[in-house]
Amino acid sequence: MSAGFPPSKPAQGMTSLVQNVSPIAAGAHVIAAAFPGDAPALALADGAVLLGEAGERRIEAHPDAGILVAAADRKSFVTGGDDGRVVRIGADGVAETLADEKGRWIDALALAPGGALAWSTGKRVTARDEKGRARAWDAPSTAQGLCFAPKGYRLAVSHYNGASLWFPNAETPPEKLEWKGSHLDVTWSPDGRFVVTSMQENTLHGWRVADKKDMRMSGYPSKTRSFSWAHDGQWLATSGADAAIVWPFAAKDGPMGKAPRECGIRPAKVSRVACHPGALVVAVGYEDGFVLLCRLTDGAELLVRKADPDAGAITALAWDRTGRKLLFGTEGGAAGLLSLPA
Amino acid sequence: MSDKIPVTVLTGYLGAGKTTLLNRILTEQHGKKFAVIVNEFGEIGIDNDLVVGADEEVFEMNNGCICCTVRGDLIRIIEGLMKRRGKFDAIIVETTGLADPAPVAQTFFVDEDVSQKARLDAVVTVADAKWLSARLKDAPEAKNQIAFADVIILNKTDLVTPDELAEVEARIRAINPYATLHRTQRAAVPLDAVLGRNAFDLDRILSIEPAFLEEGDGHHHDHDHDHDHDHECGPGCDHDHHHGGLKHYHDEHMQSVALRLGEVDPEKFMPWINELTQREGPNILRSKGILAFTNEPKRFVFQGVHMILDGDLQRDWKPGEARESRIVFIGRDLDRDALRKGFEACAA
Repeated sequence: MSAGFPPSKPAQGMTSLVQNVSPIAAGAHVIAAAFPGDAPALALADGAVLLGEAGERRIEAHPDAGILVAAADRKSFVTGGDDGRVVRIGADGVAETLADEKGRWIDALALAPGGALAWSTGKRVTARDEKGRARAWDAPSTAQGLCFAPKGYRLAVSHYNGASLWFPNAETPPEKLEWKGSHLDVTWSPDGRFVVTSMQENTLHGWRVADKKDMRMSGYPSKTRSFSWAHDGQWLATSGADAAIVWPFAAKDGPMGKAPRECGIRPAKVSRVACHPGALVVAVGYEDGFVLLCRLTDGAELLVRKADPDAGAITALAWDRTGRKLLFGTEGGAAGLLSLPA
Repeated sequence: MSDKIPVTVLTGYLGAGKTTLLNRILTEQHGKKFAVIVNEFGEIGIDNDLVVGADEEVFEMNNGCICCTVRGDLIRIIEGLMKRRGKFDAIIVETTGLADPAPVAQTFFVDEDVSQKARLDAVVTVADAKWLSARLKDAPEAKNQIAFADVIILNKTDLVTPDELAEVEARIRAINPYATLHRTQRAAVPLDAVLGRNAFDLDRILSIEPAFLEEGDGHHHDHDHDHDHDHECGPGCDHDHHHGGLKHYHDEHMQSVALRLGEVDPEKFMPWINELTQREGPNILRSKGILAFTNEPKRFVFQGVHMILDGDLQRDWKPGEARESRIVFIGRDLDRDALRKGFEACAA
């Protein structure tokens, strides 16, 4: 990553939104945040999902077990546990078991816009379309990450030495995207042109789907474990550095030959990023619990949460559909809901 | 450091008694909870502990280090476990009988997220007293597991004669004279012989002496424990059966090399040890050293696994303590003369 962008303003002088945050005592490591049915929801490592502005409703989605992964759409929150269950929790708090892998950890989970979902345990990847028909495929090695294509029933699976693009309802073997090394999470660009993975070796790797052209995005001091596409689909914000690293994807060959923007440079690593659904603003959560909003166009920053080392790293961060609310949670079980002033 | 969850790696060739030992650890009344990472479900029956199935996926790191392999599944499992860290006090990783311990150990040094939250406590190898000698001849995995061990549980001693036992111990010592060795039946050892060893903690590398030659105040019997046949033959043990009947073997392929020297010039030593482990890393399984650097009041201590080295200045040399540098390598086809010459060239 080459620099070339002036550092943002120091944190001290930042306009604060701290007064607009209402705390939620989550009480356990927060795995994910979402707004199913426009209501705030937190998935916790102790197996529960909290619903409501103050987390007042506790749903035991995985009793006596833990939630490992979660994904959400507008209507529901889907969680995968170390009990091997995949559970859908509706906005009404009703939990429905979608799959039971008999104690095998659910390693990855993805939802498609139309209601399909996919999960993995070890090498085994199962995709279930919106009609409930499930198909399974064994990846060449453990499936680390899953992401559906923005259109069409096609799933990207990241694994050792690359990623595979699988049409679950077709007999054709998955298309291979090869690159040596261990690929962790995977994301598909909103226009469907690019697939990007994070890697064990602190880099991102991307492929242009049309011709499998490789893209390397390196320079991170640690692993990227959070990606988020800007609402216009032209920017990919990433964690893993002392700022949110935001790569430009508007051009034909994506970010190749271009420098990324660095948003919210601080002496702490970024652990989560979440792009605003309607503006070029990214919410940035750090390992020390700090949260800020950064505008891509000019680097302007707004403080959401001060550093709180006791509560630990920000592990969940999500905007609501309208972009007026931001929900976050930490490793130590703290959480909060930001309501932007009208 | 103390916040990190200790991880014990349990290895041993097929049928040596790993599962028996694991069950013993888990059923003993110790008030501790474990997260156990196993390869096959079903063989261990426990209620209070978290049991996780693993796939033993070993992969190479693309960091230019040719022998740098890690367990990808372990990285993911430990990441998952750490989200529920209040649920357990320690992690035990059981490997399959054919596993090489190195990728497991290296995972705890190479992966940043894992090393921030967990620390390798010790590699414990269970060996079958009756069959180990044969396996050392025909199974390179068994040899690796012995060479790599910090603690060796020599199990099923009731199935061999005293002579056979002396024989197998001598064969173990030919490969790894530094591990603490326990003779057991039905894998009966006290918990503290296996857990809480801090074998990779630089502060605990106080001396490096072959375990069966060392004498001193470190000696302790386990006989107060209810398993009569358990006996710790670790540092300081001075029983007859060690000195009297101990045969000396030389293993053709796997051996240890111990070297000593006076003061060492760090400007010479550091490049030498780095270059040596980069070049010979695939053959050097374990290394340890305590060094007296010129003009340095503190002892420099290091330990290594293949190419990965970890070193630091430790406590002061005591008044009257001989400022002596000692290093130990355990590995395959080690060239003793070349190692000695290389080390001697680092003399201050």
